Amino acid sequence: MSILGTRVVRTEDPVFLTRGATYTDDLTDERLTGALHLTLVRSPVAHATIASIDTSEALAAPGVVAVVTGADLDIDPALLFPGANKAMTRPFLASERVRFVGEPVAAVLSEELYQGEDAADLVDVDYDPLPVVIDPLASANDETLLFPEAGTNTAAAYNHDEEPDAGFFDGCEVVVTRDLVNQRLAAAPLETRAASAFWEGDRVTLYISNQNAQGGRDEIAGWLGLDKDKVHVILPDVGGGFGAKIGSDPEFGLVAWLSRRQGRPVRWNESRSENMTGMVQGRAQRQTVTIGGTREGKVTHYRLDVVQDAGAYPRLGTFLPMFTRMMAPGTYDIENVDSRARVVVTNTTSIAAYRGAGRPEATAAIERAMDLFAAEIGKDPAEVRKLNVVSPDKFPFTTKGGVEYDSGEYAKAIDLALSESGYAELRAEQKARRERGDVRQMGIGVSSYVEITGGGAFAEDASVEVHADGSVTVLTGTSPHGQGHATAWAMLASEHLGIGLDKITVKHGDTDLIPSGGGTMGSRSLQTGGIAVHQAAGELVDLAKQRAADLLEASVDDLEVDTDNASITVRGVPGSKSVTFADLAAAEQLKVDTTWDGKKPTFPFGAHVCVVEVDTESGKVTVEKIIAVDDAGPILNPLLCEGQRHGGIAQGIAQALLEEVVYDEEGQPLTGTFADYGIPSAAELPSFDLVEMTTPTPINPMGYKGIGEAGTIGSTPATQSAVIDALSHLGIRHIDMPLTPLRVWEAINAASEASS
Amino acid sequence: MIPLAFDYARPDTLDDAIALLAEKGEDATVLAGGHSLIPVMKVRLGAPEFVIDIGRLAELDYIRVEGDEVAIGAGTKHRDLVTSEVLGAEVPLVPAVARTVGDPQVRARGTLGGSLAHGDPASDLPAAVLALDGSIVLRGPRGSRTVGIADFYTGVFSSVKEPDELVVEIRLPRKGDAGWAYEKFTRRSNDWAIVAVAVCDGKVGLVNMGSTALRATATEEALTAGKSIAEAAALADEGTEPPADTSGTPAYRRALVKVLTRRALETAAG
Repeated sequence: MSILGTRVVRTEDPVFLTRGATYTDDLTDERLTGALHLTLVRSPVAHATIASIDTSEALAAPGVVAVVTGADLDIDPALLFPGANKAMTRPFLASERVRFVGEPVAAVLSEELYQGEDAADLVDVDYDPLPVVIDPLASANDETLLFPEAGTNTAAAYNHDEEPDAGFFDGCEVVVTRDLVNQRLAAAPLETRAASAFWEGDRVTLYISNQNAQGGRDEIAGWLGLDKDKVHVILPDVGGGFGAKIGSDPEFGLVAWLSRRQGRPVRWNESRSENMTGMVQGRAQRQTVTIGGTREGKVTHYRLDVVQDAGAYPRLGTFLPMFTRMMAPGTYDIENVDSRARVVVTNTTSIAAYRGAGRPEATAAIERAMDLFAAEIGKDPAEVRKLNVVSPDKFPFTTKGGVEYDSGEYAKAIDLALSESGYAELRAEQKARRERGDVRQMGIGVSSYVEITGGGAFAEDASVEVHADGSVTVLTGTSPHGQGHATAWAMLASEHLGIGLDKITVKHGDTDLIPSGGGTMGSRSLQTGGIAVHQAAGELVDLAKQRAADLLEASVDDLEVDTDNASITVRGVPGSKSVTFADLAAAEQLKVDTTWDGKKPTFPFGAHVCVVEVDTESGKVTVEKIIAVDDAGPILNPLLCEGQRHGGIAQGIAQALLEEVVYDEEGQPLTGTFADYGIPSAAELPSFDLVEMTTPTPINPMGYKGIGEAGTIGSTPATQSAVIDALSHLGIRHIDMPLTPLRVWEAINAASEASS
Repeated sequence: MIPLAFDYARPDTLDDAIALLAEKGEDATVLAGGHSLIPVMKVRLGAPEFVIDIGRLAELDYIRVEGDEVAIGAGTKHRDLVTSEVLGAEVPLVPAVARTVGDPQVRARGTLGGSLAHGDPASDLPAAVLALDGSIVLRGPRGSRTVGIADFYTGVFSSVKEPDELVVEIRLPRKGDAGWAYEKFTRRSNDWAIVAVAVCDGKVGLVNMGSTALRATATEEALTAGKSIAEAAALADEGTEPPADTSGTPAYRRALVKVLTRRALETAAG
């Protein structure tokens, strides 16, 4: 029986659940012995010039070895996203100007961590405040410039040069437009950022908490002016990333630089308070949607305008609107699609990828637009969606934006979600509650989504080696931070070799061991790195057969793998001679290195139905049900897949109802602790109804698509729509996220005042 | 996330703790469950020079009936309030309120006396004790005194307790079968209340509607005067000064307190 598609329990977990993970701060590498501890002095103001920095008192404090400021650095400020305005570079320590609360201005190195924390308080920085820009729409006016030398706050623009066609919607029977907020979110992984560095001669080894060792090596080498082979990056266990650990942080480069300067190892692990302002955040788009079509419900025109908040220093957030524009029309076959985006800097924490990274924003926009359109023509939102989705006979389907969707059954997914939810009964219940005038009203939200996975690097390397003792080593350029690669990749190898999972070790995240790789992001791992492992194991079987042919005195074509005995045997000859993989490895190294290149991304899709109850007196929303149809093709391990969907759905509902990073007008973060920032617990969520559907991709031999972000993409609009649907009889058409009790109550209050 | 250096002592007896507190004066802070103190120390918003840990004093850990009252040692943990059969029979409002404090970890360490002494207007228990018309026993170098909860608080995080006094006991009238309810409104289950309302025997205590826990006196008087629950509840925001934060505006809290008061009074009425 094939191991593929079975619920194999995670092989990682016994260690995680007993001894615990080994995060960067837990490392006991003897080369880190005697390491100095780095404590960063961070700006308490959002925008100011630095008049002076006095480090003398800190330097005199017990245990302090050095206090370093920007004036001491010999590395140039870095442009953290290549496509951004070239003047918008970030210094490794701010020396002239600070641009967000939490920006590092000085580095204290101490023998003990406590000493550094005390000394950091003694660094005296004199700030001259500048006007603060928090609102990205205000930033776009360029009244206060963050980078005067840039002459603009616009970091990048996409299709933004020409004025939009004023006649675009001419001829539409119905046109609806609306401004939307896709709010700023914090990734808040369990493990905060951390780095440790030591030098051996002119070569540095860095342990970092990150999603991509090889990318980190390249970035850090660039910052330090080193050849790539002079930088060795290792990722130990990584405690969550959600996209915020894709790029390397300037702090990593600083740790390496400081270690070289001091001639000693340096360790750094930020606190949760630092993480909530220092780590990149996500989403942060202002959108304007305009949708047009016929009274019968056919959507013919759609326009999406995006202003992306980049935060103070442009990072991967600069790229997000490209994904948002690519996926703008979602699952719908819309004849005319127009989109543009502008990326602006503000005096806030930088924006980068966060679970979905540009696609949830696209889906939220088109799904809100669909609801607004359906409400305007008085039709059921699910019916309007089904009327407009791309039909299955059109695949591969190229959107008006030039994106080729590989495979999909969008209407089927909607129908499945509706039938599983008991949609007709829910609508009847809703009607009854409205007629009774119940305090607790019911709302039903429907979302249809398609996303792009493996949208960055399409290729990935893998290596599979069987050793003489029968054990197997798998090397992969993808890199887990909670997903379960060790289990999944071992399953793929085991399927070919018949060698048990307990004998298969999966290695990742070490640039000396695995020089090339794209890391784990954008739900790419299985369809790139997984397929590469599948291919490598298959090629290893071929190699083993060639070597076994002589020994077994048989033609290669007559050989097969005896998966019960991890050996090569002659097909159809019971009791024939056989040779094990281990024996072959003992005679000669048995190893395959391979590269898989799918050349294209895949497009998972699905439909979610969310049912909420809204207390119309208090504004409180309770999620009663979420039905999630997520189709990512065949599933390698349903247990891992469900874990991804559960986490994704939780984070998606959290965006709809609870989470938002908020700043006051002075740029002070108001949500800097977990008491203020609304991460949900299990108590805020229902049990999820996961519904299976399987539409393979033709892009790879296994038909696999990505699943890491689907839950986040589908559940947010379904939940937002459900709340608004519960209140639609009051004339409410839209409420911006997060739909907190306060927001919902204010909307109800405004509606009742308007009607009275 | 590292506090400034401080000295620490864990006296073995209540007398020793009070003597040490008198000796150290205003440099000292008392640590009980630590769920208010430790968070402010770790981010250096608070930096006491001397911490006196009373968290393990068995003398402060009891729940017993004394005449017409139930006496609760100040060191009694929330978890023990929740599970107490005495409280369940005599003042069932208290276990119900304690059950909503934070999460299991918080309830395992946080104490009734600590919560009352800290005096956070967003805390659950001060308003519950207020609705119960309880009293607080203070002890210091000059001996003991008992202060009615209505006279205890003077402002945000401040009370008539002198710096050298400890909250040692909470005394609550036995309520028997009197109707009670607690309506707590939060974003998430383990959050502080945006607003909460504790009701017992026609008395109404409000959480997070001003600088201290408050009594909804206008509501109580309307009930005494024979007004309906709906009419009385509509007065619940009278005399309050609700705060503004990311969870709620003053206008929202005023609306919310009326709804929650009505619901609590209806539940209490059975």
